[in-house]
Amino acid sequence: MAGDVKHDYHLVNPSPWPAVASFSVLLLTIGAVFTMKPDAELFGMTGFGNYFFAIGFIGLIYTMFAWWKDVVKEANQGDHKPVVRIGLRYGMILFIASEVMFFVAWFWAFFDASLYPKMPIPNFGEFWDIIGNDAPWPPAGIETFDPWHLPLMNTLILLLSGTTVTWAHHAVLHGDREGLKKGLWLTVLLGAFFSCVQAYEYAHAAFGFAGSIYGATFYMATGFHGFHVLVGTIFLAVCLGRAYKGHFTPDHHFGLEAAAWYWHFVDVVWIFLFFVVYIWGGQ
Amino acid sequence: MAHENPTGWKRWVYSTNHKDIGVMYLWFAFFAGLIGFTMSGLMRMELMEPGVNFLPGLFGMTEDQARHMFNVLTTGHGLIMVFFMVMPALIGGFGNYFVPLMIGAPDMAFPRMNNISFWLMPPSFILLLLSTFVEGTSGMPGFGGGWTAYAPLSTYGHTGPSMDLAILSLHVAGASSIMGAINYITTIFNMRAPGMTIHKMPLFAWSVLITAFLLVLSLPVLAGAITMLLTDRNFGTTFFDPAGGGDPILYQHLFWFFGHPEVYIMILPAFGIISHIVSTFSRKPVFGYLGMAYAMAAIGFIGFVVWAHHMYTVGLDVDTKAYFVAATMVIAVPTGVKIFSWIATMWGGSIRFTVPMLYAIAFILLFTMGGVTGVVLSNAGADVPLHDTYYVVAHFHYVLSLGAVFAIFAGLYYWIGKMSGKQYPNFLANVQFWVTFVGVNMIFFPQHFLGLQGMPRRYVDYTDAHAYWNKISSYGYLVTLVGVLLFILVMAMTIFKKKKDVPDNQWGEGATTLEWTLSSPPPFHQFNELPRIK
Repeated sequence: MAGDVKHDYHLVNPSPWPAVASFSVLLLTIGAVFTMKPDAELFGMTGFGNYFFAIGFIGLIYTMFAWWKDVVKEANQGDHKPVVRIGLRYGMILFIASEVMFFVAWFWAFFDASLYPKMPIPNFGEFWDIIGNDAPWPPAGIETFDPWHLPLMNTLILLLSGTTVTWAHHAVLHGDREGLKKGLWLTVLLGAFFSCVQAYEYAHAAFGFAGSIYGATFYMATGFHGFHVLVGTIFLAVCLGRAYKGHFTPDHHFGLEAAAWYWHFVDVVWIFLFFVVYIWGGQ
Repeated sequence: MAHENPTGWKRWVYSTNHKDIGVMYLWFAFFAGLIGFTMSGLMRMELMEPGVNFLPGLFGMTEDQARHMFNVLTTGHGLIMVFFMVMPALIGGFGNYFVPLMIGAPDMAFPRMNNISFWLMPPSFILLLLSTFVEGTSGMPGFGGGWTAYAPLSTYGHTGPSMDLAILSLHVAGASSIMGAINYITTIFNMRAPGMTIHKMPLFAWSVLITAFLLVLSLPVLAGAITMLLTDRNFGTTFFDPAGGGDPILYQHLFWFFGHPEVYIMILPAFGIISHIVSTFSRKPVFGYLGMAYAMAAIGFIGFVVWAHHMYTVGLDVDTKAYFVAATMVIAVPTGVKIFSWIATMWGGSIRFTVPMLYAIAFILLFTMGGVTGVVLSNAGADVPLHDTYYVVAHFHYVLSLGAVFAIFAGLYYWIGKMSGKQYPNFLANVQFWVTFVGVNMIFFPQHFLGLQGMPRRYVDYTDAHAYWNKISSYGYLVTLVGVLLFILVMAMTIFKKKKDVPDNQWGEGATTLEWTLSSPPPFHQFNELPRIK
């Protein structure tokens, strides 16, 4: 029957990975809950949370690896005809759109807190008298970062990495494999450098995640962004490995393009964080 | 790649076939729906008489435990019906099965991702069910803060692991839906048959396309909100806690920015199904096809800018309320376009009152009633006395239980012959429709009166003044129970029939979409040669 197929769409072979991933997610989530609440009981059991979490986490990571390995294999054996590549582009754009909306939630929380600052109210039962009173932003007692110090440097790092990933992209378009590798190496290193600077900044922060709305909104927004930087760096590193294997051609390199799109998205989110959270909201 | 058609358990667990995945979604929705329906039964039986008697008697628990259990049932019923019954049935089930068929595609764009969209649902459901067995608050099991999970009930109101499990259940269900939505949009944009322009695409595909956009743009905001709940609960953040300068109202904004599109996510695919059924059994094309399509687009768009009409009583500024009143009422316009276009489709048609058509007509009638009470509630002034009363419960059950769920029934009767190759027993199906129709109206119509009398929703007990209509409503549940049992019987009689007896196009010349050009059931892989649309 395979001979009858007269279209270019990719009918994927049956695969175990979706089910394995889903089962891993179940272990991961149950494990997460009972790691966060180690004394809580599930049917009389306690203390199993971190084991579940670890097994689920390993399972999920392994599944991602195996699943994307299959995707790369399919790409290399020619399953990704031009029409399929258009579909992959739609998929990646929509995924990034959903990520944008994720960040909308953090920015919403940040603007709710910063545009309408509320006095911290120790006794929740009596807050009706006080809510709505103007409070300072940043909240009193919060010592914020100087945006023109490490945050500015991180901005420059990310902007520079945006240019190096574009270099890599144009290199592959011109069939210049050495340029592709150099551009990707630089981008990955800059991404890792950004993460190091961010970690250093977190380690020297004068405020924590808990206890104050400033810390909550700050770490949630920048931390979620930082997580995306890590993911994007891994994505680009995978592309680098594929570049060494000779995977990308001038007209067929969607994996690299997707990584570049994702990286630019992470870049743009940082610009917003820098201007809104660090500069406007930090002083 | 060439591959043999898979068999046995691997066919389902490893599936990359949109029809098999659609069928799994439908079964999943069926079982989840039974659990959700049982929960509503326990609530209705408790509410049969004033006082807290039924649950303590049934489960041998104290009155306090029964009160908490009632709250857990309310919460679970809402979450299950929204996330594990209506969405899997309409979007996952019918969407998966029929969107590729209708647009002339051989499968979905990302068949393997399609399978993880389905297989994340059972873990998600297991998490939610587990949450009812572990501690919620004060040593009692389950989360009882309502499906909206407002802070602070969902933060320091329920300190046990139950709430955390429920939160992660929603995360997983959300991830599943986002991946599903990306798949639908890509499939519809990229895989329509040659000649099928977007303005020739069947309305069900249109409805799923718009629904998918709503999912991609609204679900991440919910995920953000419940992530903040999770950190407030476990890592000491104060997003929703005034003690640290946070704001419990922020949660409501974020929740309803998702929650309002969510109700359109549930009803738009229903609109699509109803359009096909009304057209088929009136033997006429849909009246005002483009208007129907763009009315759905308008509903989807406006659905994003009306969320705070769920929050009229939280102390919003008057100007803010005025805006949300006006914006909300605007939705009645495209909705009216749809209602009148369905009526105009039937007008002058040669109507056949088959069971799917009965459900479709009932949908139009009952959805309109729910829409009218919706316009009443959209007024901030009228909403203040009606807020959180049974009037609201009646309203959203008319649009969802008697709207979306009727569309699921309609779709099942319309397509069961196509999916299984076997026709439902007609007489019994007619009885099933009428019993269900009477039953659900008996449940929900009196709830308007209860709401106007001021009976609050989500309460386990009430004064004697509300006893009469509560009793009628609970009797209505028993009638509906008969309807549900009949439904199981009808479906069993259909599925377990020995002989396949349905022709390619069982509904005749009114049924014009591409699925009726295929065999019943369709081949494992259809459209190996793409159809050309003139």
